Amino acid sequence: MNIIKTLAVAAGLATALTSVAIAQDSLNGLVVGFSQIGSESGWRAAETSVTKQQAEERGIDLKFADAQQKQENQIKAIRGFIAQGVDAILVAPVVATGWEDVLTEAKEAEIPVILLDRGVDAPEDLYLTSVASDQVKEGRVAGEWLVAEVGDADCKIVELQGTVGSTPAINRKQGFEEAIAGHANLVIARSQTGDFTRAKGKEVMEGFIKAENGGADICAVYAHNDDMAVGAIQAIKDAGLKPGTDIKVVSIDAVPDIFAAMVAGEANATVELTPNMAGPAFDALAAYLKDGTAPEKFIITESKLYTPADNPQGEYDTRKGLGY
Amino acid sequence: MKRLHLERLANPQLLALAGVLLINWLLFPNFFRITWQDGRLFGSLIDVLNRGAPVAILAIGMTGVIATKGVDLSVGAIMAVCGAVAATMVVAGYPTPVAVIAALAVGIACGLWNGFLVAILDIQPIVATLVLMVAGRGIAQLITEGSIVTFNDPALIFIGTGSFLGFPMAAVIALALLILVTLLVRKTAIGLFIQAIGVNRAAASLAGIRSRMLLVLVYALSGFCAAIAGIVVAADIRGADANNSGLWLELDAILAVVIGGTSLLGGRFSVPMAVVGAIIIQAMNTGILMSGFPPEFNLIVKAGMIILILLIQSPFATRLFVRQRLVPAKAGPK
Repeated sequence: MNIIKTLAVAAGLATALTSVAIAQDSLNGLVVGFSQIGSESGWRAAETSVTKQQAEERGIDLKFADAQQKQENQIKAIRGFIAQGVDAILVAPVVATGWEDVLTEAKEAEIPVILLDRGVDAPEDLYLTSVASDQVKEGRVAGEWLVAEVGDADCKIVELQGTVGSTPAINRKQGFEEAIAGHANLVIARSQTGDFTRAKGKEVMEGFIKAENGGADICAVYAHNDDMAVGAIQAIKDAGLKPGTDIKVVSIDAVPDIFAAMVAGEANATVELTPNMAGPAFDALAAYLKDGTAPEKFIITESKLYTPADNPQGEYDTRKGLGY
Repeated sequence: MKRLHLERLANPQLLALAGVLLINWLLFPNFFRITWQDGRLFGSLIDVLNRGAPVAILAIGMTGVIATKGVDLSVGAIMAVCGAVAATMVVAGYPTPVAVIAALAVGIACGLWNGFLVAILDIQPIVATLVLMVAGRGIAQLITEGSIVTFNDPALIFIGTGSFLGFPMAAVIALALLILVTLLVRKTAIGLFIQAIGVNRAAASLAGIRSRMLLVLVYALSGFCAAIAGIVVAADIRGADANNSGLWLELDAILAVVIGGTSLLGGRFSVPMAVVGAIIIQAMNTGILMSGFPPEFNLIVKAGMIILILLIQSPFATRLFVRQRLVPAKAGPK
């Protein structure tokens, strides 16, 4: 773990230097509890390491609790933080429901709570703010890139969806469809679920290629996350085609391996789901503690588009140490 | 003799496989088209063999376990652990053979642990293997430190994506394992012993079979098979994905064994038919992918097909089918 931490700190220095000066003074020496869901994905691990790194830069003493995907562990952890008398609590809630009691306890103890990455079904006055990405916008940014990229040419798109029924899959699909609506030359020819995994992404793409004339008819693949895109890239290569040129690859998340693919010319675009949810959260906390400024209830993180023009090698190096 | 011959012709597994392939062909006329590309065979049918291989490999090990009236729920998690071991070792600079042997050894060790719980401590198999099913994924995450460990080792990648005589390596490995295990259980007395334990362990022990020893070995074989599957899956995507590698595959493996006609109550078993079962499942998956149905239908279509296949094999269907043949068969000598 120590190695990771060192790497994370080293890698993150460059990105975070800008935000340090703003908030350092007001948060220095504070104790903040952070109840994380677990480490079910690389992104989650990166969020954890970025949060730790953001706290360290601001001189915050971060108490970290891993809930192992269980809400009862999160509630226990939050009660523990309240008992310890921390100055603020960050929670990445594992589910949306069942938070009212424990959030009320925190409110009564006058400890501000900030939600990271996901929302909850509870009265808004029980938490200070929530920091999350706009998943519909992520899909829209990906779609708009493709619309601009193909211009007037006809383009048959295949879509690798996330897990059926999951919120990111629904939203990222909707956003992408919104972006290509009104452009009759762009058509989603096939859409299947790849369960957000590399293995399924590869398997489904193999099927798509066989079904669409050996892949010759496919102009682009849109994957709801980078991992599926990485699997799809391998399937495209196995079929004797060139990913990135014969079939364009656009996906969401911006994990290190998609930048490695960009360096190799095999991926065309990715939309970032930033693991830095804690930075805006700490900024909001600093403003609130300084003069009681109530932050916006929903802070939306930026959905930044990355293409091979954005120094993919540099992005890869920066992100590699974050635990993705 | 005559009746045996008829039954072999009407083997429900092969009928089901033919049926599924036929439906795939109707949905997608190019299904059987196989071309030669970049020194390997290329086509949907090859995909079925390639993608079905991990479950087929798991099913080979699972058949032995189920034949002893047991079940091994931990194979999916063992896959994740062994894939993680192989990947982290090649990334750390160990030679590929060392990494692969280490991963296989870890798989066998996991199997021995299951066998120890089941045979020595007499814990019920479903509970005993549940322990590792839950803990294994955690162990795999510890090994990979929560991230996907990506590697570029050509020898290891070859295990997952290479080809031998044009056939995908994964399918070749599954076939080799199938032949080896089938010879082991059919050309020696081991198969009979396993069957005896499954029918009545106490009676088998009284008859002089070292049932504890055999049970441990059966679970070790299952762990070994899971290790192979784990290495194949990791090599295929050039990365060890501790969270998703082998997720829910234990259920597909059990299903393959059941479709293969092995009874969950122990005793009668068939390794080759379990592999056919795995290929049936994969043929369905591939068919669903090719069909262009919305993904919301995947599981419903799959469940419907499985019910149909199990119905074909049910005692009820067998009675319907055999009744007409029974009378002439009785007339013959013996």
